[in-house]
Amino acid sequence: MPKSLVLTALACAVGALVSGAPAAARDLVSFDSGKLILTNGVTTIEGSGGGGLATWATISGMGTDRAVGVSAHATIVELPDFRLDTHGIAVGIRDRVELAYARQNFNTRAVGAALGLGRGFQFNQDIFSAKVRLAGDLVYGPGWLPQVSVGVEHKRNLDGAIVRAVGAKASAGTDFTVSATKLFLGASVLANATLRVTKANQFGLLGFGGDKHAGRSVQFEGSLAYMITRRLVVGGEWRTRPDNLGIAREDDAKDLFAAWAVTRHVTLTAAYVDVGSVATFAGQRGGLLSLQLAY
Amino acid sequence: MMFLLPFLMAAAPLAEPPAAPVPATTEAPVDWDKEFGVVRKERDPVTGEIPVDPYVQSDANAGAKPYSGEGLARAFGGQAGIRRITDRALDLSHADPRIKAIFEEHDMVRLRRTLFEQVCYLLNAGCRYTGRDMKTAHKGLGTTRADLNALVENLQRAMREAHVPFAAQNRLLAKLAPMSGDVTER
Ligand code: HEM
Repeated sequence: MPKSLVLTALACAVGALVSGAPAAARDLVSFDSGKLILTNGVTTIEGSGGGGLATWATISGMGTDRAVGVSAHATIVELPDFRLDTHGIAVGIRDRVELAYARQNFNTRAVGAALGLGRGFQFNQDIFSAKVRLAGDLVYGPGWLPQVSVGVEHKRNLDGAIVRAVGAKASAGTDFTVSATKLFLGASVLANATLRVTKANQFGLLGFGGDKHAGRSVQFEGSLAYMITRRLVVGGEWRTRPDNLGIAREDDAKDLFAAWAVTRHVTLTAAYVDVGSVATFAGQRGGLLSLQLAY
Repeated sequence: MMFLLPFLMAAAPLAEPPAAPVPATTEAPVDWDKEFGVVRKERDPVTGEIPVDPYVQSDANAGAKPYSGEGLARAFGGQAGIRRITDRALDLSHADPRIKAIFEEHDMVRLRRTLFEQVCYLLNAGCRYTGRDMKTAHKGLGTTRADLNALVENLQRAMREAHVPFAAQNRLLAKLAPMSGDVTER
């Protein structure tokens, strides 16, 4: 099933690029920054276009269907016992294909010493992702038809020996996502629902699969947001997660966020985040701050 | 005497008799409209509009069902408010470097009237829509998604300047957004 999903995604990506070929020959890379403000979404902690926690069907960058867009982001999540830094870049091609890279650095601070890893030990992870819009549009088209995209996120944890010692089966893993996102203008509400097939422990920072459950499972990511003005959106997100590791329970992740488009190209996101228990340290609730530049 | 030669040559043209006046009949400007079979329609002396090809008039041409109730009409300042907003959105678009070229050579007098009627009708502010359907009206204009977004931004600015609450602005956009396939080309 996941394999066929990858094939479908790739076939669509190639199809999208080929069908746009004649125009592409005229101006191979043209930036128009023509999306409506905020309709490019912000960037998830995994580098994909979306909310803060949930991947959306949106394609990163401000380019419309005849242009290319790019975006870059940096995010900090400050928790009682940990700190997560992510930064990355994404390219959106013809509002059809998104290719992104993100780097996660997860600082264990004092917990590192307690776990015998050393104070301030960092887990690092690279995430390469691709997303293809299959149908629909976030803003336009029939009101009942959301923008629907499929995505692949390939995660490579750079601390393989340690995550295996914790009980993970693998240090690399691939997630598959299907997202539906729509801006219901009549209600000024944005809604997103995503299914993710994954075996990542703590987003992959603690590796993939475990003693309790080795394989993939289907998880849900939902977002609900209200547009207060053209530039300001507030909302909440809920993301269920696998619980694969015997030694460290994993909980659902939630957030309440506000995203503010300072300009067409600069978006600031602030959120209250609750990721529950991380590596046996419960009650990890804190703040997220994210800066996105998009063209 | 050789040194005088250049002067003589330079003066030579002056010595020529003036050319005979060109008979006006042979050099009349080409009527390109006629050459290419372009029929320029005259503006109607009363309305100032250029006539369009015949079509069946119907409110259904507005492309969406109108809202019920008076709330939105009030939020937009009634017919006078709506007219100010649609006029302003068109003025902004006509001056917007991103899309102004599309509006050149088109009948802005008619567009001003029909766009007002359409918005007034959709907001249930007491108008009939007498214009063409969206597909017919935008056929061959070659407008893109980026053009549509530019127009939406201009409309948003016009509504903002008229102090229409943001949620009410979005209610109008909710009626227009599904028309995207008819007003743009893929
Ligand atoms: C949902 C969005 C749109 C709506 C509701 C809309 C509405 C209208 C209406 C009511 C008319 C007049 C119909 C008639 O003459 O009978 C019209 C014509 C026209 N529209 Fe739009 N329009 C939209 C999008 C656009 C866009 C994106 C552009 C270009 C940037 C555009 C450019 C024009 C032009 C140039 C005409 C005049 C065509 C002619 O003279 O034959 N419209 N539109």
